[in-house]
Amino acid sequence: MRFRSDFESPWAIPEPPLDVKTGEWRFQRPVTKVSKCRQCGWCYVFCPLGCIELGSTHFFADLAYCKGCGLCAKICPANAIMLMREKDDK
Amino acid sequence: MIDDTGRDVRVLDGNVAAAHGVRLCRPDIISCFPITPQSPLGEALSGFVADGLLDADIVEPEGENSALSLLIGASVAGGRTFTSTSSQGLSFMYDAYLFTAGNRLPVVMAIAMREQVAPHGVVAGQQDAVLVKDAGWIQFYAESCQEIMDATIMAYRLAEDPDILLPVNICYEGFYLSYQSQRVEIPLQKDVDRFLEPVKNVQRPRMCIETPMTFSSYTFPGELYTEYRYKHCAAFHRAKEMCDQIDAEFSRIFGYGYGGQIEEYKTDDADILIVTMGAATGTAKGVIDRQRDAGVNVGLVKIRMFRPFPSEKLVRILRGRKAVGVIDRNVLYTAGCGHGYYEIKALISDSNPSPPLLVNFIAGLGGADITPNHVNRVIEETYAVSVGSDYKPVTWISLE
Repeated sequence: MRFRSDFESPWAIPEPPLDVKTGEWRFQRPVTKVSKCRQCGWCYVFCPLGCIELGSTHFFADLAYCKGCGLCAKICPANAIMLMREKDDK
Repeated sequence: MIDDTGRDVRVLDGNVAAAHGVRLCRPDIISCFPITPQSPLGEALSGFVADGLLDADIVEPEGENSALSLLIGASVAGGRTFTSTSSQGLSFMYDAYLFTAGNRLPVVMAIAMREQVAPHGVVAGQQDAVLVKDAGWIQFYAESCQEIMDATIMAYRLAEDPDILLPVNICYEGFYLSYQSQRVEIPLQKDVDRFLEPVKNVQRPRMCIETPMTFSSYTFPGELYTEYRYKHCAAFHRAKEMCDQIDAEFSRIFGYGYGGQIEEYKTDDADILIVTMGAATGTAKGVIDRQRDAGVNVGLVKIRMFRPFPSEKLVRILRGRKAVGVIDRNVLYTAGCGHGYYEIKALISDSNPSPPLLVNFIAGLGGADITPNHVNRVIEETYAVSVGSDYKPVTWISLE
């Protein structure tokens, strides 16, 4: 029998081929306005995927995984996050 | 009372016996939502924690679905967990129930079995537990309060074994066993500790800060999904033999055992067999003793482990018998018979060259007693079939 996973059940250490780039599902992306971000971290706490990271000046989403749900933009107290449609951006 | 081996001997009902079994296994987290006839089990466990006899977190969930869901989290993190429910509570838990099995989490859950509505029935039955027989959990059916406690201790061993990693149900008829008091010997903590390792020594994947992992991971494309299903089936199959091994080890440490997947009673030279599951077994054993005195060559097989089904063992026992009567306290609508009968019927072609005639008796539904008279009738009719009278596959005892 040939198995692809080392685990008995659907558990995985996030490495290929079990690492799925959920960012491919996205139709809109969060864009942080650097001057408005107060680095409060609410987006980091609320992100359902846990894909928000802290840069030197602001929080931003890792677009490899961000599905574009928009929750970060909705809860941002500083209104620093805007949602841009992917096709508009391209 | 303390007996001469130092064991604590008490009169306990099934719920409290289960609670003592859980206490001896030192779980980390317990989450029970009250439903008749299981509620006193949760109360007893809360009492142990309040009295300082058990160092566990008791969580009060807002329903059965949350009760099991939060144990999923605790179990993924590596904890030893316990919950219990009955009937409609189990139905409400179903979503989390499947999730636990699919993720191979060694949660142990007691089911004080009760009929499902409708018709309205806050009464004993086996319908709730047999309905979820194919959800991927291991299921044990207990005969006595002592067995409820011992099966709970064995359940943790089986569930947490690195080759198994499956959730386990301890099923016992509500009211009959949950509320009825019997003599129970509580084993010594040091013996249980010898039998069951502390949870920190159990080798299995744990999701924690040091070892980040994703669980219930994405399984696209289908091969990965198929792989996990295959592994689940393979573990199910391994659990049968493991159950026998664990039972043997249990009897080495505690001095008594239950025979593993099935228990045989006076089967060696029996021409006809009675198959039971659960609380009716005790009554049936007594009747068989009397029938033996009267010269009927009858024996009994008790199915302890209903899932995975002990096919190999049963095939070996069925072969060469003239007739086998199966008593079921549950109903399988599609075939108009009981679940136990249906499962055993599937083994008939394997028991060639001389398969027995199989007869089914539906008894004890809706909280009715399975009395010695019923069992006498089962034995008489099975015997009649074995010597060539008219064959009638299914008899609904109380309707005739």
